[in-house]
This record gives sequence, structure tokens and C-alpha cells, in this order.
Amino acid sequence: MISLRINGEVHDLHDVDPRTPLLWVLRDTLGMTGTRYGCGMAQCGACTVHINGEAARSCVKPVGDLNDADITTIEGLSEDGNHPLQQAWKKHDVPQCGYCQAGQIMNAAALLNSIPNPTDDDIDAGMGGNICRCGTYQRIRAAIHDAAKGEVDA
Amino acid sequence: MSASPTAGTTGMSRRFFLAGVSAGSLVLAARISGASTLARILQDEDIDALTFEPDVFVSIAPDGIVTIVAHRSEMGTGIRTALPMVVADELGADWERVSIDQAIGDSTYGSQNTDGSRSVRRFYQRMRIAGATARTMLERAAAAQWDVEAADCVGRDHRVTHMPTGRTVAYGELVDVARELDVPEEDDLVFKPKSERKYVGTNVAIADLDGIVNGNAQFGMDIRRPNMVFAVVERSPVLGGAPTGFNADDVRSMAGIVDVVELPTFSPPHAFQALGGIAVVASSTWAALEGRKALRVTWSPSDHASYDSTSYEQSLLDAARSEGQVARTQGDAKSTLDAADASSCHEADYYVPTLAHASMEPPCAVAELTFDDDGAVTACEVWAPTQNPQAAQGQLASSLELPPDAITVHVTLLGGGFGRKSKPDFIVEAALLARDLKRPVQVVWTREDDIRHDYFHSVAACHVRAAVDDDGMPTALIQRSAFPTIGSSFNPTARYGQSFELGLGFTDMPYDVPNLQVENGPAEAHLRIGWLRSVAHIFHAFAVCSFPDELAHRAGRDPYEYLMSLLGAPRHVELPGVEYANHGEPLERYPIDVGRLRAVTERVAQHADWGRTMPRGRGLGIACHRSFLSYCANVIEVDVAPDGTVRIPNVWVSIDAGTVIHPDRVRAQMEGSAVFGASLAMYGEITATNGVVDQSNFHDYRMARIYDAPQMVHVDIVESDELPAGVGEVGVPPFAPALCNAIYAATGHRIRRLPIMHHDLSWNA
Repeated sequence: MISLRINGEVHDLHDVDPRTPLLWVLRDTLGMTGTRYGCGMAQCGACTVHINGEAARSCVKPVGDLNDADITTIEGLSEDGNHPLQQAWKKHDVPQCGYCQAGQIMNAAALLNSIPNPTDDDIDAGMGGNICRCGTYQRIRAAIHDAAKGEVDA
Repeated sequence: MSASPTAGTTGMSRRFFLAGVSAGSLVLAARISGASTLARILQDEDIDALTFEPDVFVSIAPDGIVTIVAHRSEMGTGIRTALPMVVADELGADWERVSIDQAIGDSTYGSQNTDGSRSVRRFYQRMRIAGATARTMLERAAAAQWDVEAADCVGRDHRVTHMPTGRTVAYGELVDVARELDVPEEDDLVFKPKSERKYVGTNVAIADLDGIVNGNAQFGMDIRRPNMVFAVVERSPVLGGAPTGFNADDVRSMAGIVDVVELPTFSPPHAFQALGGIAVVASSTWAALEGRKALRVTWSPSDHASYDSTSYEQSLLDAARSEGQVARTQGDAKSTLDAADASSCHEADYYVPTLAHASMEPPCAVAELTFDDDGAVTACEVWAPTQNPQAAQGQLASSLELPPDAITVHVTLLGGGFGRKSKPDFIVEAALLARDLKRPVQVVWTREDDIRHDYFHSVAACHVRAAVDDDGMPTALIQRSAFPTIGSSFNPTARYGQSFELGLGFTDMPYDVPNLQVENGPAEAHLRIGWLRSVAHIFHAFAVCSFPDELAHRAGRDPYEYLMSLLGAPRHVELPGVEYANHGEPLERYPIDVGRLRAVTERVAQHADWGRTMPRGRGLGIACHRSFLSYCANVIEVDVAPDGTVRIPNVWVSIDAGTVIHPDRVRAQMEGSAVFGASLAMYGEITATNGVVDQSNFHDYRMARIYDAPQMVHVDIVESDELPAGVGEVGVPPFAPALCNAIYAATGHRIRRLPIMHHDLSWNA
């Protein structure tokens, strides 16, 4: 049996192949659909979650390796959608279609954890693994800067 | 404002919408065509028997909640917010008390086909009429209640005020009276003056913003139904192959596998049909993917196995260089060119490869069918990220042999569409599997499925040839394109571009050239061809906006100044004898207005501070293009490092889209168009070997990322009271030519074949 700690809650998984990527356990087994599929090979970042505080691509993380891990998904990033990044995303009206944005926000949150005041270059390097086909990058950059500075009031 | 992803729960037809509306509401259904409005107030007993075909539903409940149906699909443009804003404004509603319901697919709404950048231009006026009609009824209800003149009663802020006395009454309290009144004539409606609009022209937060940043917005991929299983489909690697054998038993014995099912191969033309193939159905997407890995399928041969994109490129260029079918002619371009000195002639061949849509959410759909006691299907309900729910309904009816009213199509949020999701093939797959499995099925396309089996954007070659005078201005110009037509998806023998495709930036070329000929050459299709954001404008604009830059440099003239000369005097371009669709609008309403094209070009040059000198490796490029009835110009600043790496620090965009509802979403579309343009210009190329697409995922079909996308896109929106025009696709066409013109300015390297990544742009610092 595999036991996953997700957003502080323990989920015991029966009959789940330990090779199954976390992404599909979240979406198909646990019904947590905020973490999204985009490529299945860690190329696009739509499936980004935090594993022990670090950004990880859940589409390539077998659940069998995550027994003792602390996993955070977009559903658990904040209590009421009030993480500074979520607020900054709203301030800048970042999303267009919105599909990649949970992954973008999760990746940005991990970035701010390691670099609290990132430069443009830090953001380009840290967010380069997350594709937005709608092309919201310049607002993502602006929102991350504002979240870092705490300037998130709309 | 509150947003619900799809109206109602389960059941059929209009009741979906009305399920969200409490009994005793004022429900206005309006059919608005041209100058006349036909509106009806629906009483509770009408609801099941509604045969009237409204374009818009708006309802006001006794508690004051206003429900507006969004009948167009949301894929990132903001349309689910923008059109309801128009209704709310004219209604005088308080946005905080507006609820938006997403319509199911139903012809009673009029067209729901969300493509062609036409939602606002087709529905702006209709939404105004609907809002004003409902407000007028509330004003009349208040007047009757107070026994005063209706003309003295004004609806705003969710209440009616009697102006002479200042007395007010809330909208909800007027519903009982208003719903018994006659619907006003359209001539009696008084629209709100611009100064009294609260929402149109402002930047209201998009309806789904909270759900998107919290992760609980529902895309097609996120639909979950009780007892649902997951399916992936192995499709023929070459278009037109059919399975001749497969190892179903090996796969069925694997963990989590529910079944392995053959889907019937389409019979040509493929049109909107499911492709067919072998489906692996399982208890999770991953189990289905593992099953598919173990699946071994043999396929029947297909003629398309001869398709090789390298040799095809040569044949396409040959077609573009040879005489073709004439689509537009004025003066005598051919004789003038034949008589001209070789030294006064200039020619160029341009090539834009096949492109894939690659929306972040690949195609996916959930289907759930109901059966009678004999196991026959009686109804079909699907949830899908579709741009065209009525096309889905029609194709499902045909594929399942059910009447259309037995089909219910719920429109989820779309994780991007770009034209791919107007085709319902993937929805049909889900329905066919749900029929076989007799339980709800979600079909998931992997990224590999999406890239390899797309309805691709046509590869194209363009040839342009001109004779120029002493100032370098063309005295004669011939331009010719050759590309596999979208028509091939509906008629496999189609070889020439349709007039609507040639009308996308080619026959309507706006330059002032005395002798001009526009032609089209033949091309065969070997992939499914569809429409992608901006469609044929992409390759036509690449040629039409690159060539003047070449002529300008040839003449030693400034490209901007040259472009303005070539555009010529402000005028309406006439197209006598040309079959020209004009994006479905009459030229009298939406002329080809060179004055407006000049204006955006002047503005963008000014904003970009055109004409400044830049060090080697940096340069500015300019392009302007009319598409989807709007006018757009770009200046792009490029920075080419000595090692050839291309960076785009700045893009300036000026757009004139006529009346704008939501300026920030127009801005967002321009920002996004620049990134979309950068992806296709720098990296976009689908190739094929032996009929099989070579690319499969983002590692070999690359997208611009935050570090190589344009860093800053500066958007200038022309303030205008002209008729609203397109936005979603308008920013894409001028981007690639402006970028390549900038690269020429920076490096002297002329790029005529995309993508840019294949060119060595290195230079000695």
C-alpha cells in the first residue's frame, strides 16, 4: 500500500501501481483535477506540484517514491486562494484560457521560496519550464515581482 | 458576478438554461436579426415548448439575480465575460448580482461557432438590444406601478428611479409586473449613452479568474462522472490507414484495463468524423496509456505513405513559381513584368511549414449515454472543450444515428482552442466508446496524439515578383500562393485554395500597385488540414509584409517610409471581379480602409521611436496587416547575439478593432498573439516522413518560453466608435514578417523560409 500526504492530509492508496505518476493519481484516483496534464514528459510544467517544498513535475513522479513525501497541490497552496501569487495573478489578470496557470503559480511559489526577490533573469531561469500557449509570460513576470514585493492589492 | 461552468444539471435542451432560473422570473428570449428584434417573455409553462430561436437569454429573478447566458465558448479571449458585460450595461444591472451560465449546444441560440474572431462583431449589437429591451420593460413596470410617465423612469444600478421625485424600486420587485407586459419595439429602445456605461470599455475581471488561480476551474479534462473510465486511442500513423490486426488479449490482461475496442475507421472525406483506431479503456488514464504501450496494431496501407515533407516542399515551391489560377487582376501585371528589364525586377519565394495547434489542454471529452431496456441508445450527453457545440451535436447525431435533440453538448472551459477544438472528432470518439462500454468514458488525447493527428495548419509557398520604377516602387506585381486547402478535409480531390482562403490577406492585398495579379497554384493534402488562429493570413502576410521590406532595402529607402508610400493614399480598396468573403461581412459595412491601415502603421512607428540608429545585431522591423476586419501594425525590436541567438526585447502593436468592449482583454490578445507569432516564427515546423508526422511533443515541437518569448509587448489600442471587428487572431499575421524584417535590419540576413531556428544568424562581433 502506498500512503501519500497531500496538502496535509494522508491518502492510503489500494490497488495503485507504484509506477503510476503522481499526476494521474491526483486526477483520476483522488479527483483533484487542479493539477493538469500537458505533455507527460516534464516539458511544459502544467502538472507542477511541490514535493517537500520544491517544484516537481507530477507527470514523471511515480507515487511509489513518494511514501514519506510532503506533497502540496494548487488546491492546498493557500486557505482561500489568498497566496500572494494568487492575489498578484488576479491583480494583473494574468490568465487567458487558464489551463497552465495552476502549474505556473505552483512553480512560481517554489521559486519565491528559494529566491524571495527574483530578478527578471531569475524569473526567466526559474519559470522557463512552464509553457503558456496563450502567451501570458509578461504578466506572469510582473505578477511574480509584485508578489515578491507584497504589492498585491488590485 | 458569479459564474457556473455549465448551465443546469441533467435533462434536455432549454431546461438546462432554465434550471438555473427560479420560477416567476422575467425571462427574456430575443432573436435579433439585422434591424429587427423579436423578443418573447417566457412564462414558466412555455419553457418545455420553446420553439422560438433566440440569440440571447437574459432573466431577472424576483430576488434580483440577473442570469445571462454565455453562448460562445471561452478559450482565453474573455468572451464569456465581455458579451455579458454588454447586456449588463444596457440593462443597468449591478455586475455583482449577475450570474453567467454557459449555454449547451443548441441551434436556438443562433451560431455558437466560436472561431473567425467574430463573437463581438456578430453579437455586440444583439446583446445591447437584449439588455435595453429588458431594462425598458422594468422601467415601464415601475411607471405603471407609480402611475407616472415611463420616460421619467430610468433603470440603472439594478433599480428603477423616477427622476422627478427620486423614488426608486429594485429590479427584482418589478419582475412580477414586467413579465406581463408586451415586449417593446426595437424602435422604442433608447440605448445608454457612452457616458452612462459602467462596464463596456472598462477592464472587468474575467468571469473565471478565481477558479483558475485556485485550481478549481473546470476544463474538459477535469470532468468526472460516476462510474467513468478513461480511454486513449491508437490511431493510424498515416492518414487513412485502418487496423488489420491487434493483440487485444495481451492488453486486456493488464492491470486496470477495462477493454480494448476497435473504433471504426472514417470513410472519406474525414471532415469532422472520428479517425478510428484501437481504443484502450482503463480505470485510469495511466493504466490506459500503459495498455496502449503494449498494444501492437498492424495497419492497412494508405496512399499518404508516399508523403515526404522535404520533397513536398520542392513541389510546393515549384507550384508557386508556375502560372496558377488567377484570383485577382488589375492592369496588366504579366506584360509589364515581361517587358521590364531584369535589373528592375525583384522576386522572392517564401515558405511557412505545416503547423500544429498544441493548445495546452489537448483534445478530450466525456460522454455518457442512456439506453432503453433493449440496450439501444436513446440519448447522449457529452462534456467537452468545444469551440462549436452545434457541430459536435450534428456529428454525434450522425455517428450515433440519433436525432439531434437526443444529444446534449455541455461546453466546458477550453484549455486553449486556436481552431483545433471547432472539430468534434474527439468528442465522437468518447461517445462511440461510451456506447460500447455502456458507461461514461473520458477520451484523453496525449500531447503526442495531439501533435501527430492534428487538423494541421497548411504548409504554404508564396512566390512574389515585381518590376520597380526608379524610386523602387512596383509598377507591376505578381504574387502566387500554393498550399493544401482546408477544403481537402471535406473533398479529398480539392487542389486549389478556396476564395475565402485566398481572401485571407492575399486577394485583398492593400498596396497601391497599378498592375497586379494574384494567383493560386495546386497542392495535394496528405494530412488533415484545418484552421489555426489567423489561418491563411499567416503565410500570406509573411510574403505580403516581407516583400516590401526587401524592395525598400533594394531601393535604399527606409522600410517604414517605403511601406507608407506603397500603401498609398487613404482609400477603400475595391476588388472588382474578385470573389471575396471579407470574413463574412459586406464590404459596404466593413471596407478595406487603407486610411485605417496607414493610421495604425504611423502610430506604431511613432510608439516604437522608429528611425533610431541601433548597434549591429539589433534592429527594428515593421509590418502592417488587415485581418478579421481589424487593422494591426507591429514594430519588433530584435537582438541577435554574435552566436546567432535571437531575443525579442520589445514589440509594439497598434490595433484598430473598432469599438472595444474590454480593452484589457484586447491587450491580452495582442500580448498572446506576439508569443504565438514568436513560437511559429522561431520554431514552428511539422514535418513528415513516409506519411508519418515526425514531431510528437514540446521537445521537438517547440513553443516560445518566458525566456525567449517577446519580453515586453507594448499595446496601443485605437479609440474608435467604428463597428466592432475581430481581435483574437488579428495580432498574429504581422508578427513573423516584422520579426524577419527586424532580423534583416540587425544582421543583413533575409529569412524567407520559416522557422528561424534553421538559419545560422551568427556574426563576427
